Amino acid sequence: MAVVTPEVVKQVAMLARLRLEGKALTQLAAQLDEILQYVQQLQAVDTQRVEPTSHVLPLTNVLRKDEPTPSLSQDAVVALAPAAQPPFVKVPKVIEV
Amino acid sequence: MASRALACQTLHELRDLIQQDPTAAEHLLEELLDRIAQLNGRLHAYLAEPDRKRLRQQVREQLKACPNGKLRGIPITVKDNICIQGEETTCASRILQGFRSPYDATVIERLRREGAVLMPRANMDEFAFGSSTENSAFGPTRNPWATDRVPGGSSGGSAAAVAADLAIGALGSDTGGSIRQPASFCGIVGMKPTYGRVSRYGLVAFASSLDQIGPLTKDVTDAAILLSVIAGHDARDSTSAPVEVPDYVSQLNTSVKGLRIGLPKLPEEGLDHEVNDSLAEAVKAFERLGCQTTSVELRQIDKAIATYYIIATAEASSNLARYDGVQYGYRAVGSGLGVEGSGQAQSPEPRTQNALLDMYLTTRTSGFGDEPKRRILLGTYVLSHGYYDAYYLKGMKVRTLIKQDFDEAFKRCDLVVMPTAPSPAFRLGEKIDDPLQMYLSDIYTISANLAGVPAVSIPCGLSKAGLPIGMQLLTAPFREDLLLRAAYAYEQATDWHRRQPGL
Repeated sequence: MAVVTPEVVKQVAMLARLRLEGKALTQLAAQLDEILQYVQQLQAVDTQRVEPTSHVLPLTNVLRKDEPTPSLSQDAVVALAPAAQPPFVKVPKVIEV
Repeated sequence: MASRALACQTLHELRDLIQQDPTAAEHLLEELLDRIAQLNGRLHAYLAEPDRKRLRQQVREQLKACPNGKLRGIPITVKDNICIQGEETTCASRILQGFRSPYDATVIERLRREGAVLMPRANMDEFAFGSSTENSAFGPTRNPWATDRVPGGSSGGSAAAVAADLAIGALGSDTGGSIRQPASFCGIVGMKPTYGRVSRYGLVAFASSLDQIGPLTKDVTDAAILLSVIAGHDARDSTSAPVEVPDYVSQLNTSVKGLRIGLPKLPEEGLDHEVNDSLAEAVKAFERLGCQTTSVELRQIDKAIATYYIIATAEASSNLARYDGVQYGYRAVGSGLGVEGSGQAQSPEPRTQNALLDMYLTTRTSGFGDEPKRRILLGTYVLSHGYYDAYYLKGMKVRTLIKQDFDEAFKRCDLVVMPTAPSPAFRLGEKIDDPLQMYLSDIYTISANLAGVPAVSIPCGLSKAGLPIGMQLLTAPFREDLLLRAAYAYEQATDWHRRQPGL
């Protein structure tokens, strides 16, 4: 039985801001299903008394000195944008008036 | 040997030569430029044509600026996911095409400070997603040993450039084997340091709890030199470890007599018998050097791939959310939006009522290749409501068990030895349509990233077809010194590292 259907993949794609339809959708859904079937093998591992590891180093609350340091200039940052009107980055209209 | 080409020599040989005669650095660059002109069309290790004038200028400046640099006048290529100020850094992806980094990664600052000359960018799988460099949006790299084969991946451009003598050393990144596996396929040395040993500041993030930058070089001494340059704490990376860096180079000659080598029982499915035989020979060589062998148990190693493809994709989907066409990189033309004076969607068929959402969708859908899309979807799925416990949380728990396996193993032995990859380099196209098969080729390298331990791949044989075979050594966290010593002892006792592809 399939773990994921094309409908679920389409929904997940929207969450990830990807547009998927047609053959691309069915092909990706089939590949994701195969991978997720493979991943199911982890269910057989007993992890009842196991803590999760998100990070391997014993580092917690790494703080730096509270001192200002130079950062990138506004010009340098705005210059990277695909559309800009310095000192602003341009995006499509988001508010209807 | 007076006529031996400079390009074919190792970093440490060239360093000594340049120290005696700085003009050797200029001759070296010219040789490399000639070789690149001759070979890069076939190999596509470099993403861009070298700018001859600027490189010559760089050599002159670095010779002058760094009279005592460890890498004075040495040309190094850097994987396209490590930021170099003013240079295009694309991760071999269309979505970052045109992005010029406004700052240097910490490793780049360190290379510059030691006098290195930065060559053009090395090709890679898009966002380091892959094991063959076929996922580059700008075309695959080919293996210098057999151009119908892949160089491995994702740092395939870095590995091919070093193996083909188009660069003297390289930096790559390793999230699940992306330095070690291409090093193995291309017959060179590649090391993934301990997680936290090398600063990730300026490395474009793939899976932040697994990524690590490391060297790809022609021999072990060169790896020790490059690692000594890039290793060390960096306040700009909060996951960088405040652990002292030993002198890797001067310790290389220390005897390995008495070292305990652990041999794990490995899943044999798909393990090529020539790889198995070469590894058995290599283990005998260690025994002749006075090492003791012992068996160790890595019980969950067969679960490493499943664990990895949950954790790595979850982190990747989150890290790649930033590519939205707003702040940098690519914005889809025709989705409205880069057009001067227009805020309206120009797309012939606007599919949503929201121009901003439409821009995100069009930009990401046309900017990312197939493999990034697969991983973003997989990662988004395993993190989503209702599936989190079954996948992501489960993956993090199995990761704990994998780490514990290594902790236990390194109580019983100093090093673990296993193959780097289950087979020598495969053919272009062989696995590209079957993502799961491609993922399975990472079976031996992935657990080092999950456990955070350092690992190195060194050449240990050639297949009957003349393809390099790599051996992987792993050790406890922050013991790169031990890893390099053992690799060096093996290298001195054999001559696999001197074999050259017949280009």
